[in-house]
Amino acid sequence: MDVILNILTANLLSPIVLFFVLGLAAAIARSDLNIPEPFAKALSLYLMLAIGFKGGAEVARAGLDSALLLLILAGIALSFVIPAIAFSILRVASPLPRIDAAAVAAHYGSISIVTFIAASEFLQSQAIAFEGYLVAVAAAMEAPAILTGIWLAQRGRKANSDTQGRERRMPSMREILFNGSIVMLVGAFIIGWITGDEGLETMAPFVVDPFKGVLALFLLDMGLIAGRGLRSSLRMMGLRTILFGIYMPLISAVIATGVVMLLDLSTGSGALLITLAASASYIAVPAAMRIALPKAKPAIYATMSLGITFPFNLAIGIPLYAALAAAVT
Amino acid sequence: MQLHKKKRIEIIIERPILRRMTDALDTSGVHGYTILPAHGGSGQDGAWERDGLVSAAGAMVAIICILDATNLEPVLDAIYAVVERQIGIVSVSDVEVIRSDHF
Repeated sequence: MDVILNILTANLLSPIVLFFVLGLAAAIARSDLNIPEPFAKALSLYLMLAIGFKGGAEVARAGLDSALLLLILAGIALSFVIPAIAFSILRVASPLPRIDAAAVAAHYGSISIVTFIAASEFLQSQAIAFEGYLVAVAAAMEAPAILTGIWLAQRGRKANSDTQGRERRMPSMREILFNGSIVMLVGAFIIGWITGDEGLETMAPFVVDPFKGVLALFLLDMGLIAGRGLRSSLRMMGLRTILFGIYMPLISAVIATGVVMLLDLSTGSGALLITLAASASYIAVPAAMRIALPKAKPAIYATMSLGITFPFNLAIGIPLYAALAAAVT
Repeated sequence: MQLHKKKRIEIIIERPILRRMTDALDTSGVHGYTILPAHGGSGQDGAWERDGLVSAAGAMVAIICILDATNLEPVLDAIYAVVERQIGIVSVSDVEVIRSDHF
């Protein structure tokens, strides 16, 4: 227990978590601290490039085996199934209408790549090794939840309602799969894989050395956005919906732990798979929901994902998932 | 200088469906349009700022196009098919241009 508490404290006092807290506090205090949107977008692209490239280079060094394919299939299955579970819980345990519940569920089935990056940093700080190809698993887990979320919203609706009949509108495969973040992540992974250690050596001054500083700046921005979202939307959500944002990641983590045991993953890779399952999207899924389910309220799903689940995972979830993985591997 | 009467359509729409809107304009006979970023605003869901968004999903953009009145109806039908379920504002106004052949 003491070990877990020490790890939790070390995580809470890490620079990236503290920068997130700084952003959160600044937004709640209505400070004019602000990171311009094009710069924040560049930071996000940099993080995708760096994590993808380093993952690809790691795969080039360690080689590929059948475990990757199995892990990708397991990740896709988790992404399909978790929204259905989240939706069922929301319909019973929260007052959200079907369409909002489906949109929220889709967010919890998809993944947060920044949570994945923070978890990778945490594992490195604890000297826990993990396989580089988890980046590919992360990319594969982005989209399936979107399809489940849309299906859940459409199921049982009346013929003239929001998502049926001639008005039905689905995001295209291009809109789902070629989301800029996914293209950058997968593209950098492939380039890192092709160029291997030599490429990593060339790129190290860009993708390795500044990484932690850029991540801290990006998390400051995430804190600002989460704080603004909480300030403006918390009151419309209700306690039962807010609590869902905390216990749903834990339920997803338990489900993913079963997969970790089934596939006999290493502690590091297991921790990352559990983190991916327990994280909630706030980049790819919101855009798809605006197209497919425009009546769903962005203030609810964006605030739950970014304002509640992301801080919970960043501060408490990640060390907890690492401990869970260590306990079963 | 001689001025020519035209119609100006202004569309304020969510960023995620921008491509669908421009596809609709391209296939409905509009000869050109301009896309402008929106920095922020306020509506039924409260105030928002572009700098406060984590992705483009919550952003809005403005599309401006000028066309001849004879083309207005089919273009508005195409626009309506895209925006009818989404957050968005479409307005049409009378304008005068100095070069008629561009529209």
